[in-house]
Amino acid sequence: MRILEVNDLTVYYGVIRALKGISFHVEEGEIVALIGANGAGKTTTLHTVSGLIPMTSGSISFDGKDLTKVQGHRLAGLGMAHVPEGRRVFSDMTVLQNLKLGAYSRKNKAETAETLEMVYTRFPRLKERRNQVAGTLSGGEQQMLAIGRALMSRPRLVLMDEPSMGLSPIFVNEIFDIIGTMKADGVTVLLVEQNAKKALSVADRAYILETGSIALSGDAKELMDNEQIRKAYLGE
Amino acid sequence: MSFLNYLINGLSLGSVYAIIALGYTMVYGIAKMLNFAHGDIIMVGSYIVYSAMSMAGMHPAIAILIAMVGCMVLGVVTERVAYRPLRGASSSLAVLITAIGVSYLLQNIALLVFGADTKAFTSVINWKGITLFDGELQIRGTTIITIAVGLLVLFGLQAFIHRTKSGQAMLAVAQDRGAATLCGIDVNKTIAITFAIGSSLAAVAGVLFCSTYPTITPYIGSMPGIKAFVAAVFGGIGSIPGAMIGGLTLGVIEILSRTYISSQLSEAIVFAILIVVLLVKPTGLLGKRVMEKV
Ligand SMILES: Nc1ncnc2c1ncn2[C@@H]1O[C@H](COP(=O)(O)OP(=O)(O)O)[C@@H](O)[C@H]1O
Ligand SMILES: [Mg+2]
Repeated sequence: MRILEVNDLTVYYGVIRALKGISFHVEEGEIVALIGANGAGKTTTLHTVSGLIPMTSGSISFDGKDLTKVQGHRLAGLGMAHVPEGRRVFSDMTVLQNLKLGAYSRKNKAETAETLEMVYTRFPRLKERRNQVAGTLSGGEQQMLAIGRALMSRPRLVLMDEPSMGLSPIFVNEIFDIIGTMKADGVTVLLVEQNAKKALSVADRAYILETGSIALSGDAKELMDNEQIRKAYLGE
Repeated sequence: MSFLNYLINGLSLGSVYAIIALGYTMVYGIAKMLNFAHGDIIMVGSYIVYSAMSMAGMHPAIAILIAMVGCMVLGVVTERVAYRPLRGASSSLAVLITAIGVSYLLQNIALLVFGADTKAFTSVINWKGITLFDGELQIRGTTIITIAVGLLVLFGLQAFIHRTKSGQAMLAVAQDRGAATLCGIDVNKTIAITFAIGSSLAAVAGVLFCSTYPTITPYIGSMPGIKAFVAAVFGGIGSIPGAMIGGLTLGVIEILSRTYISSQLSEAIVFAILIVVLLVKPTGLLGKRVMEKV
């Protein structure tokens, strides 16, 4: 089943056309990578899917539901979560307050408490630091908090925007391990990365975005062997 | 003893400034705008209480309740009609100018409805107060109640923000609107709630202010409004305890300098102190870094 389907999506910033009619889809249970150089339009794509910026034309449907008229804040309740670029944790609030805000769209307190325990089990470090102010966490810990916050809404689809950016190699590996376990838990992931090698190694399929258009797409393993990709994105 | 008396009067006036400053600071922190019409909400609240009590003969408690609800509706409606359409506009000056326009609009409507003449406000507080130290120290009931209401508002607001889901949503929106939206928070609704709370607090401040200085004109809101704005900046705009401390400090400075230095200069002294504080600590007493990221 296609959990996310994007058709002919065009987005303008003023007169600048950032996305030039891109189409892609994500099947339930997959990890799909969206790869591209800085400024290609990856963040714009995720922001548009999440309803943070309006689209000029095209269509987006989530779980068979047309998102054109759906306000951004409704998506968490519908089962979509977004780990934004640069983490964007609420830095003046504690780890626990951040996590609780992730469950804002959920009404059932008992279920939320259960999810919190699950997140703590996955990120023991967040449990240790639950009363620490988020702004004082290290970059890697903040990234875990951002992922934990997204998981608090019990999403079926998680959009992740460069989760490995600016992290030390140990944390990068840890983040990609987490993405792998999310898939094992049945969560679908749309992963935006500049780290193409890592992204392709964890993904099922991938799309290559070049200045607002999809240049290539296909099976992640095949793309990894593609001569053009190796030269342009894998630095070989 | 008279010093103590002036100090207490200063705290009372300061409590009024603090309650107004709380509205300023919340709206600034969450909606990222300076609502210059906030002072005029005080005036509207006072006229509502005046009309309900002097003209319709209602009980003060009911009059205050009507004023709070009236101001709450007024705050939410102005936000919806005048400010929300400009949210996300390229220049924050547009909203500022609109707020100044709303301020004049409210003053002119009051002028039209109630006329320019000064109306006598009947104090809503009938309690004589207490006498201490064999009559050396007399504290008026209005003074005591004003201070008590100020503290009640502060603690109530802190509890609301730290213990309720809506309160946490306000903090989230204040820090990062986009991230708040991704958590499922309706930013527009959160801002509307902020205006509702700030405006009904302004009604309370108006009633307390007019109980101490019992006259109303269409312009009574502007001076306390500006001073409360100063108090909010002084305490660190965006900070709730900062608004409280800023308001109290301003009230005490104003009364003490009016008594011991000069009644003409008291306002200038207030502003001079603000300037010194901002030179030493540009974010105000309790202000942290400025949260400008949207
Ligand atoms: N808020 C904005 N206003 C104007 N242009 C923008 C804005 N955000 C991004 N852009 C432009 O849109 C293009 C795509 O940006 P972005 O989606 O952030 O790329 P990526 O995430 O792939 O690095 C870039 O050329 C960028 O300069
Ligand atoms: Mg980006």
